Order: sequence, then structure tokens, then C-alpha cells
Amino acid sequence: MGPQHPSTHGVLRLLLQTDGEVVEKAQPHLGYLHRCAEKISEHLSYTQFTPYTDRMDYLASLNENWAWCRAVEKLCDLEVPPRAEYIRVIVGELNRIASHLIALGTHGLDTGAFTPFLLAFREREEIMTIFEAVCGARLTYNYIRVGGALWDLLPGHIDLILRFVDQFDAKLDALNDLLTNNHIFVRRTANVGVITREQAIEYGFTGPNLRASGVDWDLRRDQPYSVYPELEFSIPVGKGEKGTVGDSWDRYWIRVEEMRQSNRMVRQAIEQLPPGPHCGAVPRVLKAPKGREVYVSTENPRGELAFYIVSEGKTIPYRVKTRAPAFVSLCVIEDLWTNIFVADLVAAMGSLDIVMGQVDR
Amino acid sequence: MYSALYQLLYSTLETLLNIPFWLFGSHVPHWLVFIHVSLILGGVCMMGFITVLALFSVWAERKVSAYMQARLGPMEVGKYHGWLQTAADAIKLLLKEDIVPAGSDKFLFLAAPVLVFSGSMISYVVIPFGPHLKIADLDLGVFYILATSALVVVGVIAAGWSSYNKWSIYGGMRAASQYISYEIPTALHLLPAVLMAGSLNMSQIADSQAYYLGDPSQPFYKDFSILNWAVWPWINPFATVSFILYFIASLAETQRTPFDLAESESELVAGSHTEYSGIRWSFFFLAEYADMFVVSALGTVLFLGGWHGLPLIPPVLEFLLKALFLMFVMMWLRWTLPRLRVDQLTYVCWKVLLPFGFVTILGSGLWQLYLVRTPAGWVAGTVLMAVLLLAMSRIWKSEPVPRDGEMTAAAASA
Repeated sequence: MGPQHPSTHGVLRLLLQTDGEVVEKAQPHLGYLHRCAEKISEHLSYTQFTPYTDRMDYLASLNENWAWCRAVEKLCDLEVPPRAEYIRVIVGELNRIASHLIALGTHGLDTGAFTPFLLAFREREEIMTIFEAVCGARLTYNYIRVGGALWDLLPGHIDLILRFVDQFDAKLDALNDLLTNNHIFVRRTANVGVITREQAIEYGFTGPNLRASGVDWDLRRDQPYSVYPELEFSIPVGKGEKGTVGDSWDRYWIRVEEMRQSNRMVRQAIEQLPPGPHCGAVPRVLKAPKGREVYVSTENPRGELAFYIVSEGKTIPYRVKTRAPAFVSLCVIEDLWTNIFVADLVAAMGSLDIVMGQVDR
Repeated sequence: MYSALYQLLYSTLETLLNIPFWLFGSHVPHWLVFIHVSLILGGVCMMGFITVLALFSVWAERKVSAYMQARLGPMEVGKYHGWLQTAADAIKLLLKEDIVPAGSDKFLFLAAPVLVFSGSMISYVVIPFGPHLKIADLDLGVFYILATSALVVVGVIAAGWSSYNKWSIYGGMRAASQYISYEIPTALHLLPAVLMAGSLNMSQIADSQAYYLGDPSQPFYKDFSILNWAVWPWINPFATVSFILYFIASLAETQRTPFDLAESESELVAGSHTEYSGIRWSFFFLAEYADMFVVSALGTVLFLGGWHGLPLIPPVLEFLLKALFLMFVMMWLRWTLPRLRVDQLTYVCWKVLLPFGFVTILGSGLWQLYLVRTPAGWVAGTVLMAVLLLAMSRIWKSEPVPRDGEMTAAAASA
């Protein structure tokens, strides 16, 4: 199956060993989207690498930018002004919504529902419009920079964001009516691709996939960074409402609920948005202290995205390693999902929300 | 004008067919020429109708889906809402390269689209578009349609097998099992209407619903026979259930969502016609829409009174409106629902549609014996249906799925 296949979400190749309709073993083959991003970073300055992070997870570029910038800021002891932090939360959470919308839409598409996919894209389009107004790009933003954000959020942008935030909950309800509670969809996803609490922890799951398995863990609350402590939000955890805890439906549902929470956060962040500079003072030539190593993890829409940077005291990093949550999610396919239907494999894989750009880097 | 056309066709064919007879000094008999004339006229009419229907319904499908998905759909070709888009697409498909994959069974690969399309085309022979507008008035009309629609399976399996592609063979096998399982509930759920009409002849079934409250001699009532359709619960509530279940089964017969497993693009790319291109692919496409119309027409004739019902509307137009409405419902469902899984598909067929089929046949037979068109029957039927709908709306919630997933396990072991 793949790499050219409608439901492998990019260029994943799965080697299927089947007995009729039943998949006995599915072995993922990676590397079709490998672009040596980590190696490239060893030849670029800290600020120059930001656009490369855009291309890793192209559905949540801002969160990827943010993770990189946080790692660099910790490495070089840079201060980020409060307004910049709020701007980061606003655009980061909006991008999380956009990313989850795609995850849900394509998951619906994998189970054969075409309309929710396009409705999700309609909502995402509004977020794209906001981002286009804010930073001029629609997919690879390169907007969050080391020390802050590239441009300030202007009142016009805030109006656009508020207009989106106000109507978004109602749109989610419509999506629930159409797909989430659809009997066929529930039958297709509940009890399918179950990942238990122990298995999720064992495999190093993070983010929505971990929470769907019933583990209450979110970096935004448990290792707070940026201005998340100031915001009020709850962490949805999978309860197995339609079947078992940690099934595909739970992973789907967690994302729906997370979008609601993100929406709440955006609204609060806009209300609290302080005046001030949108970018801190960053030296033109950024040099990290010699021999310092940092590991900074950030809550990405797909889970815990971490950058591990080793510095030699030059303007370029000595070594960069990315901990990609989608890569971790991909690992379960081979081990846990054996002897299931082809259709179940597709539905369960869709619920993992894998982005090959992040897996292969 | 029509008779002049007929005369021209007749004399041309007579001259041509006469050649071998002339050699032996005899003359071609009238019936032989007549058969050829009807074959050509019927074939041309059916082909023309199917083509126009497919062009229109593909365009309609795209517009319906666009409307449901907050898009515009085709807007450019032909100025008015892109109504010529499908015609342009058809021309493009005609001109495209006809690719036969290496390693395929060439003869079967080339023959499969013809088999599929002819299977659905010959069903049109018995569809009565109006009181006198039909190609053949077979006494076994319903049976004939069921038989011909089974022909499609052969073509689909041939396509899946000959393509030399894993997804094609999956699609072919799925389609085969699906067609074969769903033939049975489709036929079972047609039987109540046949029982009520007492005939398998399509026109007679339609005519049997044409009278209002038991007075066939009054032509005035004929036009208002809308209350006398077989589908209404006050005539026979079992037929109402049958109609709904027939419609569901016919979705599976025509491979429409939620039963479009055979070509589910997220799993099997495009199912049995993955490897087809150009005009051969368009034959599959044409057959799909032709099939949709056949099952809609069958439902219309058997349950919705055929061309009878509303006053002031010409019969042919009324028939087409009803059939196209059923097609619209199919499109509506397609763009709303996700897809079932293989085991769920067979589950629905054997454990839901089939038992209900037996119940409705038995029930409608008894109803036909004792209660049909009696005041007690009108009241009892309506009340029964109301109770049923109420009960349905109560249980119509998505409950938690049983934990052990016995369905999956059973199907996996099978």
C-alpha cells in the first residue's frame, strides 16, 4: 500500500501481508520525504533554520517554528517580551485548530465520508486567511522568529480572529452532527485500533494520541511554558464513550474537544493581549555558549515535539535532533495492529494523524 | 414524420436483409425486418436516453455535492452553472489514450466494460416510462430486471481479475460478494409490491396502483391516485417498510455510499476499475448511473405508482420526476454518510435486510388477504406505521459499540 495511495497521507508506504481482507501484518517503510533537515541545520545559523522547521510539519508550521525558537531561546538565554508570547499562543492555537481540522477531515475521508473533509477545509480556509493577513504566507509561515514574532498583530487581524473564534463552536457542533455521532462512523472507528494506556506509555505516545488512551498529560499544563499558566483551559482525556478507551473514535473525539479548548485559549489570549514590542532584542549574530546542550519540548498538535540542540559556541549548531511525535505514533502500526481488516487499518491510521513531513524530516 | 422515419428504416433494412433471401429466390418475411427495426430503434433510444441521463445526473451529482460541501462545482462550461461540463468531460474521455496494463488478461480486460454496461443497458427494455412508452412489455418484467442486473457481476469480476492489480482484484471480489448477497434482499423486498399487484409485469404493477378507493371505472380518480401507491402505510404498512429496505438494498446493488466498498477510494484506490482509462473507464461510469436509474425506476414503478399519481402532469414527466428524485436521495446519502466495513456490509444484508424481507413478505401477504383497502386496514396501517416511526426515533441514537467486537471476530474467522 502506497507510497502513491489515497489514504496513506502523503508518502507512507506500507507493506501489507494479507489473508483476503484481513491484514496479518503491516510494516511501514519510511524515508520517502526525508530531506536531511537535521543535517542541514549543522550548516545554518540558528535563525536561518526556522524556515526548515516549517517544512517538517507542514500542517502546523507555526507550532514547529515555535518549538525551534523556544529551544534556541533557551540555548542562548534570550528574553521574549510578553506581547510576543501572547501572539505566539494566539497563532499557535489557531494553527492547532487548523491542523486538527485536517486530521478530522482526512479521518472522515478514510472512512468514506467526503463532505466533512470539505467542511473542515472551509473552516481551515478562514484560518489560512487570517495567517495570510498576519504574515503573508498560507502554509509555510516562518512567522515565529527567535526572540518573538516577525510582525505585530494589528487591530484588523484581531477583528478577523475574533470573527472566526465567535462562530467556530457552532461549526464544530455541525461537524458533530454530521460525522462524530454518525452511527456508521462510530461503528467504523469505535473499538478499532485500540491502544491501551500501558501501550501508549510504553511506546512513548504524546499529545492527543496519548490523552485518547486515558493518560492525563499535556505539556501546556504539566510543564507550563509561554503564557499558558495565565490561560484557563481543560485537557480532554479519552473515556471510551463509544467503545474502548484508546480506540480510533476516542482519538478523533479528543481532537474535536481540543479544538474547543484552543478556541477558548485564543479568545482569552486576545482579551489579555498586552501592549509592548512584538519581538525581543536579538543580537544580529546569534552565538550560543560553548558546550551547552538543551532539550526543549513543546506541545505540538501531534504531541510532544522536542528539539535537542548541541552547541559548540559557534553561530551554527553542532548537532540538532528532532523528536517527532508522528514518528512515534507510526511505530504502533507494525506491532499492535495485526489481524485487522484493510478498512480498519485505514480508519485507525487516519486517527493517528500522521504527517510524513514530520516523520521523515 | 415518425412514420416516414419508420418507413425509411424499414425499407432500408428490408433491402439489406433481402440480399440472402434474394439469392434463393424468396423474399424476406415481415417479422424478421420488424425485429431488426425494433432492435435498432430500441437500442438507439436506450443508448440516447442513458447517455443524456448520465450526462445530466453526473452534472447533477457534482452540483448536489458542491452545494452540500459549500462549493460551487462546475461553473464555466456552457455558461449556465457549467451544464456542459460533463459533455466536455465525455469528449475528453473519448479522446484519451486507452491504456491496457502490461500483464493483464487482454481479452477480459477489454470485454469487461462492455459486459458491465450491457448488463445495465438491457434492463431498460422493460422499464415503462409511460402508459405506452416501453420497449418490451414482458410478463416477467421484474424478474427480468433482477436477472439482467446480475449480469453486471460478471463484468465487474472480469475487470478486477484481468487488471493484474491488487486493488482491482480486491474491488472485484468485494463487488462480487456484495452483488450476490444483495440480490436476495433486493428481490425479497420487491415481492410485497408484486404480491399486491398480483403480477410481475411492470405496466400492470403500475396500473394496479392507479385507482382510488376501489372504483376503477372513474377516470377522474385516476389522476389522484397518489394516495393509492403501494408505498403508503394505509394501503399496506409492510410494503412501506419494504420500500425503505428495498431502497437501502438497491444502494448496495448500485455500489453507492454507504455501500461503495468495491470502489472505496480510501482503501482500494478505485476498486475494480482502477486500471481503466478513457472511454472504457467511462463505460463503468455510465453503467453506474444507468444502474442507479434502473433501481430508482423499479422502486418508482413498484411502490410509487409509476406514472400515476398527480393530476395535470404528463405521465412520462411524472415518472421521470419520481425516478430522478430517488436518484437525488441516493446522491444526498452519498455525500452525507461514511462507508461501511466489509463485515458490516454482509451483516446488514444477512442479519437485517433478509429477516425483515421474510417478515414483510409474510406480513404483506396476510394484510393482502384480510385488511387491504378496508377501513380497518387504513386505520390499522397508519397507526402501525406511526408507532413504528416513534419507536425508531426513540432507539435512533448511536449507542456504544459492544466491547468485544463479536462482529469483527466472527467475520475475521470466516
